[in-house]
Amino acid sequence: MNTTPTTRSFGRAVGQDLWPFIKSELKPKGKLLTPFNIISAPVILLGLALIVLRFTKGLGATTNLNQEFPWGIWIGFDVVTGVAFAAGAYTLTFLVYVLRMEKYHSIVRATVLNGFLAYVFYSGALALDVGRPWKMINPIIGNSFGISSVLFLVAWHFLLYMIAQFIEFSPAIAEWLGLRRLRKILSTLTVGAVIFGICLSLLHQSGLGALFLLAAAKIHPLWYTEYIPVLFVVSSVFAGMSIVIIEGSISHRVFGNMIDPKHHAEHTDILVGLGRLAAVAMFVYFFLKVLVLIHGLHFDLLNTPMGHIYLIEMVGFVLFPMLLFIYGAQIRNKNVLLSAAIISALGIIFNRLNISVIAFKWDVPMHYVPSWMEIVITLAVVFGEIWAFRWAVNRMPVFVDSPAWAKQIDKELAEPQPAVQEIGLKDKQIA
Amino acid sequence: MKTTRRELLKLTGLAASASLLLGPDKAFARTVQRDTSTQVGMLVDTTRCIGCQSCEIACSEANGLPPPTDKPNAGQRRTTGIDAYTVVNEIESEKSNIFCKTQCMHCDQPACVSACITNAMYKTPEGPVIWRENKCMGCRYCMLACPFDVPKFEYESINPRIRKCILCYDRLGDGKQPACVEACPQEAVQYGRRGDLLDIARKRIADHPAQYVHNIYGENEVGGTNVLYLSSVPFEQLGFKTDLGTVAYPEFTKTFLYSVPLVLLLGPAFMAGLRHATRPGDDKSH
Ligand code: SF4
Ligand code: SF4
Repeated sequence: MNTTPTTRSFGRAVGQDLWPFIKSELKPKGKLLTPFNIISAPVILLGLALIVLRFTKGLGATTNLNQEFPWGIWIGFDVVTGVAFAAGAYTLTFLVYVLRMEKYHSIVRATVLNGFLAYVFYSGALALDVGRPWKMINPIIGNSFGISSVLFLVAWHFLLYMIAQFIEFSPAIAEWLGLRRLRKILSTLTVGAVIFGICLSLLHQSGLGALFLLAAAKIHPLWYTEYIPVLFVVSSVFAGMSIVIIEGSISHRVFGNMIDPKHHAEHTDILVGLGRLAAVAMFVYFFLKVLVLIHGLHFDLLNTPMGHIYLIEMVGFVLFPMLLFIYGAQIRNKNVLLSAAIISALGIIFNRLNISVIAFKWDVPMHYVPSWMEIVITLAVVFGEIWAFRWAVNRMPVFVDSPAWAKQIDKELAEPQPAVQEIGLKDKQIA
Repeated sequence: MKTTRRELLKLTGLAASASLLLGPDKAFARTVQRDTSTQVGMLVDTTRCIGCQSCEIACSEANGLPPPTDKPNAGQRRTTGIDAYTVVNEIESEKSNIFCKTQCMHCDQPACVSACITNAMYKTPEGPVIWRENKCMGCRYCMLACPFDVPKFEYESINPRIRKCILCYDRLGDGKQPACVEACPQEAVQYGRRGDLLDIARKRIADHPAQYVHNIYGENEVGGTNVLYLSSVPFEQLGFKTDLGTVAYPEFTKTFLYSVPLVLLLGPAFMAGLRHATRPGDDKSH
């Protein structure tokens, strides 16, 4: 049961001590002067400096927020859009663990890792936006439960979902650290965490939309509807799919050498499947949007400046990428699928910013526009997430296959009777 | 004749069943209701206000804020802010110019309270809506939610607070009236039990029907507010929002909040069932 040379570099070898190993893993791997690093490193450094400024000089010194516009892009983009983008994790785990579509199994880990980090970074950005972050503990430890608040619900679900995602990903960490017993325990928790995580996701994806239900008189009638929560869930499905497709395509180029050739071949199949699913979700979404429009009787508003923005969003960023997904899946062309994914991801940014920023008090003369500092910090958060993702992927079995011993555990868990003793024996032999 | 009567019957039947569906209290919400609660509020009679700013000055003193620096001015709209919980505006109208005081409306079912993640915004049983510094985490959701844009935030501070009128809640305990009410030389602002204030307002309209629009702002708006307004011109001319509806804001998120326990209870069971149903038979591939 020796580890192969490839897996050795992606996990702790037998007999190696834990702490020196972790220390060595903290060092960067790979080339330092890549184009991505050259762009992202200064942005992250500048972002960190601005974050210091934010905490020493206040929100007024760093953001363009004001009494009319209490929420800007740190909420509208980082949190509201970022969480929609992280929806790939719950949709994929649903396909793989609930519907058992094994085809997608090979990309689950990367997606869950991405989702987990997205939550850590993007909802972490909430701490920047909140004016009194040292009080953020209040709604958690229970001395101040705002139970009638949608935000309270969303915050709790973020927290619980992060834990669920961490549990889902933790077998990879155990494999990296070579902790066999723990790996075995953790992998038995996966399905429970997945199912709980999906429920939490449905609730907080819709909850993010429900937040804006209280802005009834402030959001343009073309966007405000009591169905915002439903629309947010449905659109999160194709938002997540699109990001999985984009992330998968980039990863295939950047981390291609790690990926098992077997999975290389499957990749087109996976993309086609995801593209089809995204198209279905987009169709449902488009249909619902049309129903809401008819129900709201706002046709007259379509021929106003805001109406044009609405039409661009619906036709250019929903209908068009939907057709592109269908076409790309038909001709099995990765590039077409990737383009469709990029356009629909842009559409999600557009939609979420519309509801939270652009169509919010659309008629106020001095409308909020983010400051350059808000934008730099947002970029720093995004780059930071990508750095963390890369750090983990370079060390843990995310794209590479799990070490053989871990696969053995999975096999034994699938047919439980003789497995228990066997594992015990093996552990002893190795030790 | 026969058909019309049948139609009429049908209509009344429909109306009756609709009102049953909506619940009796909603079906008759439009009829005059007496407010029998013990909650206190304020009545602002804009026909009496002379724009002297006594209320603003008294408010600043009572709350330790700087005195007002500008005056009501017909061309300009002043708003409340982090150092002014109430402001008087001058509004041009076809009659003479009208002065109108604004501050928190102390809604009966406040949007800000239902938004607040920490319960820092709090509807006291006595009526005033207050803000509690030790709880607030500064998320500013209350600002997003308040239909009147009342809560203000100290953006320039690194220990920022939400600032708004609290109807002098701390003074009420000492048996005093809100500072602005006490200071007003015109009795344009009155303090009292909301039900009594409603009666006073109705009586004024009845006694001087030509002087007032026959409508009390705050009686039904967003489910009713504890601050009530009387006016000689339609309220939209005073810059009031008249399209807010009569549904209390917490109702907007209620359906969503009710569905939460449902999803958390039924969701896992449903998915576990689905997972069970899709398990491969003898196929042990994994
Ligand atoms: S007016 Fe605004 S701040 Fe005042 S109670 Fe109503 S919702 Fe809250
Ligand atoms: S800013 Fe403070 S008072 Fe307002 S909703 Fe957030 S926690 Fe509550």
